[in-house]
Amino acid sequence: MADFIQHLINGLAAGTIYALVALGYTMVYGVLKLINFAHGDVMMVGVYIAYATAKQLGRGAQSSLLGVMLIFLVAMGGCALIGFLIERFAYRPLREKPRLTALITAIGISFALSYGFQLDIGFLPGAAPRAFPEIIRPTEWLVIGDRDVVLWNWQVISVLIAVGLMVSLQYLVFKTRFGRAMRAVSYDHRTAALMGIPVDRIIALTFMLGSALAAGAGILYAIKDTAVQPLMGLYVGLKAFVAAVIGGIGHVPGAVVGGLLLGLVEEFVVGYTASTWRDAVAFGFLIIVLLVRPEGLFGRITAEKV
Amino acid sequence: MSKDALKGPLPVILALPVLALLQVTLQDHDFLIYLTSLVGVNVILAVSLNIVNGMTGQFSIGHAGFMAVGAYSGGKLSLEMKDYALSFLPHVVSDQISFMLAILVGGAAAALCGFIVGLPSLRLKGDYLAIVTLGFGEIIRVIVQNTEAFGRALGLSGIPQSSSLAMILFWVFLTLLVAKRIADSSHGRSLWAIREDEIAAEAMGVNTTGYKVRAFVISAFFAGVAGVLFAHFVPIINPGSFTFVKSMEVVVMIVAGGLGSTTGSVVAAVFLTLLPEGLRSAFSRLDDPSLAQKVDQIRMPIYGLLLVAIMLLRPQGIFGTHEIWDRWKKKPKGAT
Amino acid sequence: MRFSLPLSILCSALAVAACEKKVAGPDHDQSGGVQGDPAPGNDPPPPAPGADDTILIGEVGSLTGSEASFGISTRNGIELAVNEANLAGGVKGKKLAVRVYDDQGKPEEAANAVTRLISQDKVKVILGEVASSNSLAMAPKAQAAQVPMITPSSTNPKVTEVGDYIFRVCFIDPFQGFVMAKFARENLKLNNVAILKDNKSDYSLGLSEVFNAKFAEMGGKIVSTEAYSKGDTDFRAQLTTIKGSKPEAIYVPGYYTDVGLIARQARELGIKAPLLGGDGWESEKLFELGGSALDGSYFSNHYSADDPNPKVQKFIADYEKAYGARPDSLAALGYDAAKVAIDAMQKATDLSGPAIKEVLAKTTGFEGVAGKITLDAQRNPVKPAIVLQIADGKFKYLTTVNP
Repeated sequence: MADFIQHLINGLAAGTIYALVALGYTMVYGVLKLINFAHGDVMMVGVYIAYATAKQLGRGAQSSLLGVMLIFLVAMGGCALIGFLIERFAYRPLREKPRLTALITAIGISFALSYGFQLDIGFLPGAAPRAFPEIIRPTEWLVIGDRDVVLWNWQVISVLIAVGLMVSLQYLVFKTRFGRAMRAVSYDHRTAALMGIPVDRIIALTFMLGSALAAGAGILYAIKDTAVQPLMGLYVGLKAFVAAVIGGIGHVPGAVVGGLLLGLVEEFVVGYTASTWRDAVAFGFLIIVLLVRPEGLFGRITAEKV
Repeated sequence: MSKDALKGPLPVILALPVLALLQVTLQDHDFLIYLTSLVGVNVILAVSLNIVNGMTGQFSIGHAGFMAVGAYSGGKLSLEMKDYALSFLPHVVSDQISFMLAILVGGAAAALCGFIVGLPSLRLKGDYLAIVTLGFGEIIRVIVQNTEAFGRALGLSGIPQSSSLAMILFWVFLTLLVAKRIADSSHGRSLWAIREDEIAAEAMGVNTTGYKVRAFVISAFFAGVAGVLFAHFVPIINPGSFTFVKSMEVVVMIVAGGLGSTTGSVVAAVFLTLLPEGLRSAFSRLDDPSLAQKVDQIRMPIYGLLLVAIMLLRPQGIFGTHEIWDRWKKKPKGAT
Repeated sequence: MRFSLPLSILCSALAVAACEKKVAGPDHDQSGGVQGDPAPGNDPPPPAPGADDTILIGEVGSLTGSEASFGISTRNGIELAVNEANLAGGVKGKKLAVRVYDDQGKPEEAANAVTRLISQDKVKVILGEVASSNSLAMAPKAQAAQVPMITPSSTNPKVTEVGDYIFRVCFIDPFQGFVMAKFARENLKLNNVAILKDNKSDYSLGLSEVFNAKFAEMGGKIVSTEAYSKGDTDFRAQLTTIKGSKPEAIYVPGYYTDVGLIARQARELGIKAPLLGGDGWESEKLFELGGSALDGSYFSNHYSADDPNPKVQKFIADYEKAYGARPDSLAALGYDAAKVAIDAMQKATDLSGPAIKEVLAKTTGFEGVAGKITLDAQRNPVKPAIVLQIADGKFKYLTTVNP
């Protein structure tokens, strides 16, 4: 029983992070109909920015409330900028081209980032993983029995941060002018443009928002696993993508449910059956979902426009 | 005229003496043979991937998975048959027959996987399909890693190294021939139609499902063949050789060469395989290994940037959908 | 499609026919690649040394990719040994030079590099690789060309089984697994141990298999076996399961990049049992990643920097002077491999492959920095392993386990 509860805690902690990254995929897909392959790698860059900021702040300041907020702000701001640049220079010129070109570009950016960060030339960090500074001092909040079940402060904090981000996102999309514009662009960007919505600006803002979210998720991920490495984005990104598809891509609560579901499924498969099959679980799950219900758990089937 | 010349077994028969001659003249240059084999395998991979990604406009990024299926099934078969020989034939001949059998079995196994992966493409478009192929590649890797018979993480070693230059070039030639014939046939035109506009193609009566799956099967078959060939000249195969990175290398080749251009794929495959080797020799002459090391290191990020740059500046690739000879063939074509 | 089926049948039929026809010609079957089995190839040994006054030693290593740090340590060790030999006058009056090729950690590139070293550069001896799978890609090529190959640190038994031209200077996986099993059972008096292995690495699988068998043989019990893949960063699921089985220690024969995180997360989940491991742990980076979580853990290794032997201390001092870092086991083994090769070339009657091989096979009691090397009939060295303990961010020499 104790095992089960511990697995549940682990699974939820991993799931919230998948969910946060999945939100970025879903938002971008909503407005651009493009799977932003580089999303996970933008997240990785965000974690490295946070790492560098924490190192600059030094041991004392990095774990103070102000320091942590600063780290989050710098990383999220930096990623928003990177997201803006990628959108402006790589995706926007291709918006009217066949979708395949944008997809190849996205794969190219992902590749350039994840392998570029493995170099140790100039400011690039090199392939070896590094320990992420303890910006949230780990303390146990709940211990049951002889440490049979342990709940840590950062697990609770990251769930709270994640929920907070999701709620504000939901509010942003459905209750604000910007959100309405976003939905209009997502529905039909040509008509939206005719209605006087600045499509380019909305898409750029969506991109920046998604990238900032990714940075936030990345920091939580790095706190959880206590390490940063250049390939982390590739795998987290792929899994978050799977989560987004499971929930129905383009659907905000769907992405959250998909992320939690994937986190739990992975945890229980590894914990109770063969741990050697972990890497295949997410993809197996994805293929089954796509074959059985390609629109995802919450997505709507949309008739193809001819 | 050129079309008629390519029909029937004639080109194959014509190619054989050339290959035999090459084999005899090059047999003492181990390094050259090894390098040519590597180039040959990459050409087969690129040309076969081009059938799916270039001609049909689907996007597969799991080509290394099919290669792995071929390499492991063919390699395992050869390993099992190693001690058997057809008694009435000399050993060399019997070895080549079992090698050919392994190639066909490996190709067939990969083709079967191609069929299985191709099926979801009935329902999935572009990006989704890309992820499914990627997932397929990962699943293959995990299966191999967990199967004792496939040597798990260490891989399979001791596979008879019965590959020869002639055999590899023969299959390169065959792949090119098949690609060329598909492109020139009504089958090829249906694939082009799917690539340009799937809905319109369907409306015009093209059985898009059937054509897409068939393109996948043919492409996977040759990827499997490339895998078997690979397993018979590299002394060990292990999961590390068939990762996502390998798939990406092939994608870069066809994108750089021009999606849909067979000759473009060939040129890019040859160039991108020989380039690092050439740079390595150039830098080792300089006696500064750290420089050569840097060049190897920055290859991967450069590939990524190359993809972005090509898409932005010349989305059709170097050759676009044209073949090399289209340029000087234009006039006679207009005349007929 | 109309004709593609008949076409493919036709082509395969032709292919079969064609290949019979071709191989019936001159005997060129061996030329495409060399035979995988120990049967010696037909190729003559490399031509006799020319008027050139340098002797080339070939080296293959992963200088880029995820295993780059291993390749670079090994290269430094080899370089140090060769420089020393050159200062002492070289071999047979000639200077030595090393030609290194990078294989990016991939077997096909390793095979490519070794072919190049043999047929283009005509090297006399080949040193490399660290990873067993890459050494296995190189060995058949070296064997067929009759060029002796010494691997400094490939521990898989299969490597030297390829043929009589393949040697190594490190102990093999079964021995290292046995060392830890014996240490856990006899020195630590443990009964219940769990295993957490890296499914992506043959090294980790090899060690855990032997540990599993030997520990059970000695009367201990393996309470659970879990696996991860190199590069994972979340091990909580596996560790939670392991924790449920209440082991007294966890055997984690992985690489330091993963072990540091595993230790941290194990402590966090409330696992107090020490971790046991193998030579993959050895790196200064281990402490950065694992922090104090690794205190009280043990691992087996090839050599210890605490060794008072003046030869070892001189090696450490020279290495630090040349490369500004403390040498690890891989550097020590690279150094030993190069020393053994140079010594054999010195003693050999001439510099042909078979002559060097003869001398190498007779290596006995060679004083290496990572222990005395005596090669057995399978060309594997018989030498002790040491067990190090981790305390206060340092490796401490604990005991030596003899074979």
